[in-house]
Parts: sequence; C-alpha cells; structure tokens
Amino acid sequence: MSSPLQTLFPNIDDWSEIGQACIDTLLMLGGSLLLTVVIGLPLGVLLYLTGKGQLRAMPKLYAVLSLLVNVLRSIPFIILMIVLMPLTYVLVGTKLGIRGAIPPLVIGAAPFFARLVETALREVQRGVIEASQAMGASTWQIVRHVLLPEAKSGLIAGITVTAIALVGYTAMGGAIGAGGLGDLAYRYGYLSYKSDYMLVTVVLLIVLVQLLQMLGDRIVARYSNR
Amino acid sequence: MIRFQAVHKSYRVDGKDIPALHPFDLDITNGEVFGIIGHSGAGKSTLIRLINLLERPTGGRVLIDDTDMTVLSDAQLRQQRQRIGMIFQHFNLLSSQTVAQNVAFPLRLAGKHDAAAIRRRVDELLARVGLSAHAEKYPSQLSGGQKQRVGIARALANHPSILLCDEATSALDPQTTASVLDLLAEINRELKLTIVLITHEMDVVRRVCDRVAVLDAGRIVESGAVADVFLHPQHATTRRFVNEALPEEAAGEQAPFSHVPGRILRLSFRGETTWTPALGRVARETGVDFNILAGRIDRIKDLPYGQLTLAMQGERVDDALDCLRKAGIEIEEVIASPEKRA
Repeated sequence: MSSPLQTLFPNIDDWSEIGQACIDTLLMLGGSLLLTVVIGLPLGVLLYLTGKGQLRAMPKLYAVLSLLVNVLRSIPFIILMIVLMPLTYVLVGTKLGIRGAIPPLVIGAAPFFARLVETALREVQRGVIEASQAMGASTWQIVRHVLLPEAKSGLIAGITVTAIALVGYTAMGGAIGAGGLGDLAYRYGYLSYKSDYMLVTVVLLIVLVQLLQMLGDRIVARYSNR
Repeated sequence: MIRFQAVHKSYRVDGKDIPALHPFDLDITNGEVFGIIGHSGAGKSTLIRLINLLERPTGGRVLIDDTDMTVLSDAQLRQQRQRIGMIFQHFNLLSSQTVAQNVAFPLRLAGKHDAAAIRRRVDELLARVGLSAHAEKYPSQLSGGQKQRVGIARALANHPSILLCDEATSALDPQTTASVLDLLAEINRELKLTIVLITHEMDVVRRVCDRVAVLDAGRIVESGAVADVFLHPQHATTRRFVNEALPEEAAGEQAPFSHVPGRILRLSFRGETTWTPALGRVARETGVDFNILAGRIDRIKDLPYGQLTLAMQGERVDDALDCLRKAGIEIEEVIASPEKRA
C-alpha cells in the first residue's frame, strides 16, 4: 500500500533528509544573517557618516570604503565563494558544510546590507540631526539615539531584503558542498533527474522567502510611527 | 549677553567664496527678545546658527557671556550647546519617540540617568506648554502647534539661558502662531530667558520682540527698538516689511494721496499718548481741518501705539503741528503742501 506522499513524490523515500536540509539552510541563513548585520551595520554607518556633507565627511575614506563595497558586490556569489575558499579555510578550518558556507555568505551579503543601511540612514531628516547637534549630542550619541532609531523601519526592511538574498546565496552555496536545500535540489533534482525533489525544494524556498517577507513587513509596521 | 564681533561668514562654492554674511557687530542683551527679520536668502538662518556654532564663522568672534564660542573644543562646545535651546520651523522631533521621550532626550544627552528625576522634569515641562495629556503620543499624532510646543518643552529641558527660534511659527496657521508667540513671551517673562528669533513676518516681530535687526542680502541694514523701527522705518527693505504688517498702507507711500488737498502727514502715537484726545483739541484751538486717510491703533508687544495718515488744511497748520509735537506725537510729512508740491 502506498501513501499519497509516495504517489506524488515517488523518488523521495527519506523525508528526514529534506527536513535536515531545511534545518541546514535555516542554520546557514541565521548564522550568516546575524554576522552580516553585525558587520554590515557599522560599515553602513561608517559609509553614511563619511559621505559628502555628512557629520564626519571624509572623502578619501569614503571613496575607499565605497570601492570595496562595490567590488565585493560586483562579484557573482558563486565565484566569490570559490575565490574565498582559502580564506574560508583559514577562518573556520573547512571549506565545506554550514561552517564553510558562512564566511563567503557574510562577505557577499555584508557590503550589500551596508549600502542598504547607508540609504536608510540618508532618509533620516537632516533637521532632526541638526536639532540633536544643537542639543549638544556627540556623533556617537546621534548615531545611537537618533539615526538608528529613526531609520529603524528602513533598517528592518533592509535586513528582510538581505535575508531573502541570503536564501538565494545559500542555495547556490549548496551546489558546491555547503549542504541545505540548494544541495538537495542540485544533487537529486539536477544531477539525478528527480524532479519531485526539485519541486519540493522550490516550494520550500518559496515558503521560506514568503515567511521572511511577512515577518519583516510585520516588524516594520510595528515600529513605524510616522 | 550674546556679542558678535566683526563676524562674517562665506561659503565656498566651486572654488569661489560666496559671502553669506558681511562683517557685522551685534549685541543681544540678556533677557530680551531679539528679532532678526529678512527675506529668504538674506542670511538670517546662518546668523542664528552662528550663536550655537551650528555654522562656524569665517572670521570674527561670537561671545556668549564672555565665552568665545569659536575657540571651544568639541566637548566644551557640546557643553555650551546644552545651555542654548533651539526650536525649528519643521519642529525636528524624533518620530520614533513619544512626546515624553522627545522632551527627555536632551536630559539623557546631558548625562542624566535618574528615571524619576527625568520623569518629574518632563511632567513639569509638558505642563508648562500645556501638553500633559499627550505625553505618551507620537509626534505624528499631534497638530503643528502641538509639535512646536513639544519642541519648546524639549528646548527648555536643560534650563537654558538662551532660546533660539528658527522660523518657529512659519509653518503654523495665524491662530496657532499667536498662541505659540504668547507662550514664547510668557517663557521670556517668567524664566528671564534671552530669546533670539528669526522670521520673515513683521507681525511676529511686532508681537513679541523688544528689539529687531533687519537683514538684507547679508547685511544688517537697520536695527533698534521695535517701536522705533516699526513706526519710523528708514531702509526700503524695512518699509516693505512694515507695510506687509499694515495692509491698509501697503498700496504705497505717496501715490494714492497725491490728489488729496492739504499737507499729508503721518502721526505716530506711542504709549499713553495713544489714549489722549490731542488731535481734536489742537484742531479746535488752531482752527485747522483734518481728514483721516489711513490709520490703525494696535500694540507693539505691550506698548499701545497709533498711526494716522491725515490731510491737514488751514491757516495755522504749523502751529497745530507744534502743539501736537508738544503733546508727544511724532510727525512725519508724507507730502508737502500743494504750493510746495507745485
């Protein structure tokens, strides 16, 4: 007797493998998103502050940071991952698996997120910053108490967009040994022509992206007081 | 005392220095309400920002109670700024914070962390500006006038000795403007705080200021007590501002009355003379006839004043004018007698 699942997906005999792939993807996503924010947020703040006409305008530093960000953003992720393999090995001791995936994911996504942070901060009204300066706020106090809280919804929207981009990157990473849903789709769906694997993977990725977007929108709505 | 000594400011645009304010000296006395009036682009925003050094002067010194603001270190400057409140045309409140948090913000910046003390001070400030019921609202839930009141409460938080008002009523409707100006006047009276305000409306100056400086294309073209400047404007720019505040005379200085027979005179009454029946008495005694062409009676801050434009005819007009001058009335000849005109 065959269950409806077996009828629909004849090639999938071990669902726990799909479950594990989901967990792996979520781990890669969570770990890399956290580090992306930890690195990208200060980088974005620095880009904003050193930009032309801003609080700590430093044209040379800005040009260097900006170039670095652009360079990292212009390399397709799959190539970046291969290029970074020696560095990855030095950083985490392996080129494979979840751990091996995280350095390239972070290096790929942090500059992207930093740009989003810079853009979100630029949306903060100049007048509010000027008012804070008039009250005697230091640059750090302005960043901490004015810029980041005032740009909160833009920043959360940026984290959402970055998380979704990272879902895509993790799937690509899967193809070169990182594991997760991308790995599953590649090995079974592509190399072994098991299209039911491909279908399940795609559906799961769509669901994941939808959930991330909904969660992000909900937090933005919660924090917007405009 | 806020003292500008040979202060000037220019901006570097495309390799050229564009002057925003030509060198000037100006003293603003403690406890007064000082107005700076000018059209947009005249340099008034720059001038007010020189006081708390949001704009750094290109040359000269800005002294506040004998402290030269231009030589302070960053930390010292931040310290000084906490003693200078500022409110803005567009309020510039933190949209992500409640009214109470906005008012508490300068206290936290100044390193106060005692939550109960902050709460007490915030309650006190909100009561002063009449917003106690709105403490937990967000700025987006308030009207323009209420937002400016939050701005005022926030500016007063650290017991400043100076309050800078950057076009504080320009985004408000006339009624709200009046209530915000009343609040500023009350604060000035009760807290003995120096207020410097910039505006492009003479009416704002007339309602609250003690003294005024008129700014035109980066130069102070006229300054003095509001009553003097308002009743006897010297510079063309000043006259335009005054005329805007006096719509019935806005049509022009001379043109509409040139066909009226007699000598065209402008009489200014100040203070108590506004309420004396001098004109009727003098006319009876000297037998002159007069015809009122334009006029108004109003107040400049707390000073009642009247200004009448009239045509006067008769044998003894000069005698009549002498009597009026003796009664304390200021007289200007707008158009001389018909004989002199010809």
